[in-house]
Parts: sequence; C-alpha cells; structure tokens
Amino acid sequence: MANKNDVLVRFTDVQKSYDGETLVVKNLNIDISRGEFLTLLGPSGSGKTTTLMMLAGFETPTHGDVELSGRRLNNVPPHKRDIGMVFQNYALFPHMTVYENLAFPLQVRKKSKSETEERVKRALDMVQLGSFGNRRPAQLSGGQQQRVALARALVFEPTLVLMDEPLGALDKQLREHMQLEIKHLHEQLGITVVYVTHDQSEALTMSDRIAVFNDGVIQQLATPSDLYERPENAFVAQFIGENNKLSGKVSRLNGANACTVTLDSGGEVEALPVNVGGEGSATTLSLRPERVLIDPPEGTLPNIFDAKVEELIYLGDHIRTRCSVAGSDDFVVKVPNAQGHSRLQEGSQVKLGWAVEDCRALDP
Amino acid sequence: MAQATVDELQGLTTADGTPLRQALHRAERRAKVRAFLLVAPLLVFLTVTFIYPIAQMLFRSVHDATIVELLPRTAEAFPAWEDRTQLPPESVFAAFAADLKETRENRTIGQVATRVNFEEGGLRSTFTRTARHIDDVEDPPSWRDWLIEDNADWGKLDTWAVLERLSHPINALQYLAAVDLEYNTQGEVVAVPPERQIYVPIFVRTLWMSLLVTGMTLLLGYPIAYFLATLPLRTSNLLMIMVLLPFWTSLLVRTTSWIVILGTEGVLNDILVWAGILSDEGRIQLIYNQTGTVIAMTQILLPFMVLPLYSVMKTISPSYMRAAMSLGAPRFLAFWRVYAPNTLPGVGAGALLVFILSIGYYITPALVGGRTGQMISNFIAFHMQSSLNWGLAAALGGILLAGVLILYALYNRLVGVEKLSLG
Repeated sequence: MANKNDVLVRFTDVQKSYDGETLVVKNLNIDISRGEFLTLLGPSGSGKTTTLMMLAGFETPTHGDVELSGRRLNNVPPHKRDIGMVFQNYALFPHMTVYENLAFPLQVRKKSKSETEERVKRALDMVQLGSFGNRRPAQLSGGQQQRVALARALVFEPTLVLMDEPLGALDKQLREHMQLEIKHLHEQLGITVVYVTHDQSEALTMSDRIAVFNDGVIQQLATPSDLYERPENAFVAQFIGENNKLSGKVSRLNGANACTVTLDSGGEVEALPVNVGGEGSATTLSLRPERVLIDPPEGTLPNIFDAKVEELIYLGDHIRTRCSVAGSDDFVVKVPNAQGHSRLQEGSQVKLGWAVEDCRALDP
Repeated sequence: MAQATVDELQGLTTADGTPLRQALHRAERRAKVRAFLLVAPLLVFLTVTFIYPIAQMLFRSVHDATIVELLPRTAEAFPAWEDRTQLPPESVFAAFAADLKETRENRTIGQVATRVNFEEGGLRSTFTRTARHIDDVEDPPSWRDWLIEDNADWGKLDTWAVLERLSHPINALQYLAAVDLEYNTQGEVVAVPPERQIYVPIFVRTLWMSLLVTGMTLLLGYPIAYFLATLPLRTSNLLMIMVLLPFWTSLLVRTTSWIVILGTEGVLNDILVWAGILSDEGRIQLIYNQTGTVIAMTQILLPFMVLPLYSVMKTISPSYMRAAMSLGAPRFLAFWRVYAPNTLPGVGAGALLVFILSIGYYITPALVGGRTGQMISNFIAFHMQSSLNWGLAAALGGILLAGVLILYALYNRLVGVEKLSLG
C-alpha cells in the first residue's frame, strides 16, 4: 500500500455558489491521503455532494483550487480526471449488458480487445458476478446492480473512486452487507475512496476519517472514534450517535481540564471544557447515554443528580430509559440488559452520575 | 383449508359450497360489465364513424355493381361468349340492345356511360349516342350488324372486353388502375403507357416527401427536445409554449402564412433581394412546389416529433451522461454511446407518427403544393369530389392504408410497439 501520508487530493480555500448570493460550500480545505477512505457526512443541503461533484468535475469551484496528485483540476474536464464514480442510482447504462457496461471505460480508452475482456472478467469476479456478463441491468437485483456499478468504477483502475450515497436505495440488511464488502474491497485494492452519505452509522462503519459537513462548513474532520468520543461542537455531538444536551453558563474555569457549569435549571456540573468562551459564556453540555451511570456509589463521581424515570423502552440488548433530570425531561440513559436492571420502574426516583471527562462543554 | 395443496385447489369451495372458480367469476363479472358499459359509447361511436365507413370504402374499392344492375341481361349473356378473339355472339348483342333500351327509358344510361368511360376514355359518347338511336329500332335482323353500323366502336373487341370485365361485381379493376396497370385486348395485365402513368409516380413522390418531412422534423426536433428535457424548468416551460403555440393556431392560418413568407413576392425573397443575395429577376420559387410543401409540413408536424422525444428524454437520468463522462468518454462520445441510444424509442415514435401523418396529408399540399407538391391524398380528394370515381378513390385509400399497416408491422418487428412512447 502506498504511503498513507502522501496527499492525493487537496482542496484549497474552495468556495461554491450557485446563485451568486449564498455559498453552498464555504472556504473548504481538506487533504486526502493516498489509500484513505474518507467520508463526507452531513444532512442534505450541507454541501457534501457539491464538494464531491467539484472533485468529479461536474461542478466548477467558484473560488479556490482542487488538486489531484499535485495537478490542478479546475480546468480539467471530467473525462480526463481519471476518477471512478459510483452514483446514487447506479447510473448503469440500460441499453448495454453488464459486460458492455464494464467494457465501456476500457473501450473509450482504446484498450485492446483481449485486455478489455480480461479486465472485465477480473472486475466481475471481484464482485462475485462472474456469470452475469450477459444480463441487462434491469434483470439484476438492487444489490447486484450496486456491485456492477462498483465494478465499473474500478475496472479502469482510477486513481480515486468517488461514491455518492451508493447504498441509499438498498434495504437495511443488504446495505450493512454492502458496507462491509466495499470496506474490504478498499482494504484489498488499496484504492482511495471519497464517500458521501447522510447515514452516520454507515460513515462510522466504513471510514478511515470522516468530515462532518453542516451549512457548507466542515464541522470536524476526524477518525470515527474521535468523532464519537470527542466531538468538538454541539452539531457534531448531536449528529453522530445519541446525545444528551444540557444547557447552561460557564461559571468557573478550573484549569484546562475542568470547568464548572451552572445549568439553566440551577444545578452545577463539573465538565470538560472543549469549545467554550471565558467565564460567563453560554455552553451546551454533551453526554453520551451509555456513559451515564444509574445510582453510582456515593462519592465516586463529581456529578450526581436526582432523577425520575419517565419511560422505559425495551430494545432487547439494552433498555432506553428516559429520565427527567436537571431541568431536562428528555435525558436518555442506556441501561444494558444485564442482571439487576429490573428494579427500574416508570416513575421511580433514581440518581444519575457521570465523570468529568464524559461531559463535554461545547458551543451553545 | 390450511392443508389445501395445489391439487386440491381444483375442488376448492367457498364457505357456502359454491366452487371457488365460479364464485370468483361471479364476483368479477360485475366489474367487467361496468367497465364495458363505460367504454360502450366510445365503441358505438367508433363503429359508426370510423370502422363502418372504412369498411364500406374498402368494399367499394373491389365491388362495383353498376353494370350488373343496369345491364342485367348483358351480364347474364356474357358467359356465352367463349372465343375471346372473336366478337361476342348475337345473343350478347341482343341482350345488350334490350338493356340499352331500358337504360334509355329509366334514364340510367348516364351512369353506365360514366362507369365505362372511367375504364376506356371516349366510350361515353358511344353509349349515349347509340342509346339515343336505338329507341326507334324494332327487332332488326341482326342486332350485331345494326350496332356496328351505328357506331364502329361496337365492332371493336376492346369495347366488349371492357363491358365484360365490368359485368363481374367483384373485381380488382380499381386497384389495377391505382397502380397504373390495365388489361390489354388479350386480357393480360400490363403497365399503362408511360405517358398515362399517374399514380405510381405520385405514390413514390408521397413516400419521398414524407420521408423528407420525417427526416427534417427529426433533425430540427431532436435538439429542441433535448433542451426542453435538460434546461431548468423556467426556461424549458417557455420553450415548451413556443413548441405548442403552433398547435393552438389554425392549420389554415399557418399554411397561408407560409404563402406570405415564401411567395415570389414574399417576405423571404424580399429580404434576400434587399440583402443583395438574389437579383430582382432571380427571385426563387419557394411555394406552389415540393419545396414549399415540405417546408410548411415540417413546421406543422414538428410538435409531433418533439413531444414523444421530449417525453422519452425526460425519463433519461442526467446521471447517465455524468457516469459516461466520469468513465472517460468525452462529452460527444458520451452523448452518442449512452444518451442517444436511450432516446431511440422516442425517435421511433416520433418518426412513425410524423411519417404516418404526412403520408396522408391533404390541406397543406392542396394549398401550397402547386403542381409538383401534390400528394396522393390530393388525388383521392379529386376522385371523391370532382371526378366522382369513388371506386378509384377507395382503391388509392386502400393502398395507402395497407402501406401504413405494413410500416407499422415492420416497426413492431424491428423495434417493438411496446417500446413506442407517445408521452
């Protein structure tokens, strides 16, 4: 595999506007390393697909540069970029067989007949569709079409593969299966992938790094575990995984790793200052549901609050427990379905506690 | 019930013991009856106004009972005429004389003379004159001698051969005439002399002009349809209105406006002369000929090409082009290899529609066609309205209908009608 630190794609100060009034992408800077699986994640309209289209060449940046292997791409037409792309609806050519679809990129590159044949066969075998060459796309299931689209984007060995929500049309089970399959292909072939999705679990499953987009800006670019465990702002904390929010004001900064936050409802919480202003500034506290303990032993945790169990939702492996605590009645705690959980009753009084480092003080 | 296997299905019954099939049939019958009643008015309307007239016209093209009805004795006597190299026997002449007297009394001689005249020009006066003379004659020794003496035409084999052929109520005479064929004296089918050939050249011209119009509408309509399908909605709506606007204008107005534009003293010629491209004496003839007809018909039939093309192009995802380009095909190659093949159902539908419409086009060629721009439908109209040779008009129409059906079958065979997309 190529050196991971070798930059393949570089966005420098890229801006994009469609109407000349609003920016869809605001000042984008990313370096994508060779061999990396990078996911652009965000809600619809956040600018992630526009970013992908600028890389593919179907949209021109209004400002800034896009580089691929050190070459400035702005004036390179799509067909000369040597970038494979998998589309949301697969975009398999309906009038061609699977074989012809795969041969297309090789034919336009004027490869010899024998080489084309050999490469198409290899690509089809790679996605386990070796015997499907003579079928038309319409005769294939969604998952098979997806694989053909994947094979077609890879068959001409592009330097970079882009995927625009490629699994959006599949049902849940198939989607999860394909996620792993694409991930394994990426590992085997050592290709560089830029993947667009709005599904955060898909992003967490597959990526080396994830860029979370919102409002045309990358909110955070980090590995999946960093993103989940150490979100840098309230949007990322809310968008990735489940999150409990408590809002308040920073009343005291106690060094770099602790601060005291006075909640709007009155209580005081010890939290980790991540993205806060000085003393007196507003903040949102972020807490993962699985990091909250129920009835912790006295004195072990700095933050312990009285709470009331409002609702129990049985989910098999765990029980989602909605509590009202510290002025919030939508505070969720995940209780593992282990022995001893049954003492929780709707309406009962409990104590909830959490550690300082699990409670991140973020922007309001 | 839960244990019912496929074999048992044959004998399944409902809860009250009726066989399942019967119960199902009964349940569905009401819906079927209702559906039929809903379409019944249309069915009746179509039968009365479309199927029946066409069937009658087609029947008329092969059926002609004028002679059988008006000269019944002659028709009956013709089987006695065995040696076709000789004139018919006296019995035929006598029967004919009796018939002729009767047509004179019934004032039906005109119909007989007209019908015979369609087959052999000049026979009309032979019939009417002899009929006038025959009134005064009572049983001459030989009707044959009397008739030949009255008019030498009665001594010609041709005259009698024509009459004999017309004495069969079902015949193909009109179809032969419609493709410029005739019987010679020996009763063989031969081509008419070149100077009298009319309809085959007209059919060829109709076919050629229709192909030209189809090609022109495709050439002009394809880019319009492409822009309609790919431009943003606001622009494409405006374009769509411009495509549909001619649809809402009277055909007659549109055709006559072409006379204003294309006439020798018309707008286009004036501009060309003004620009110095043409001299005032060198004004070009753009109307009252084939050129004018093709130009006007192309404009009038353009929407019939654009709309099917548009409806097909609208369904082609723009991601196909993008995919083709991302796979390395330059824009034009992507268009040619990926986009264009997917528009073929629309091209087929549009071309078929325009071709079928133009092959039977009437008003435009009639108004701006002049002599060289006339099409087969103009001749059909001529025989319907002026010459009153309905049999020939029906035969020409029958050939046109057969041609269209053959084309349709060919299209079905090559492309498949289920791929036809009219929007």
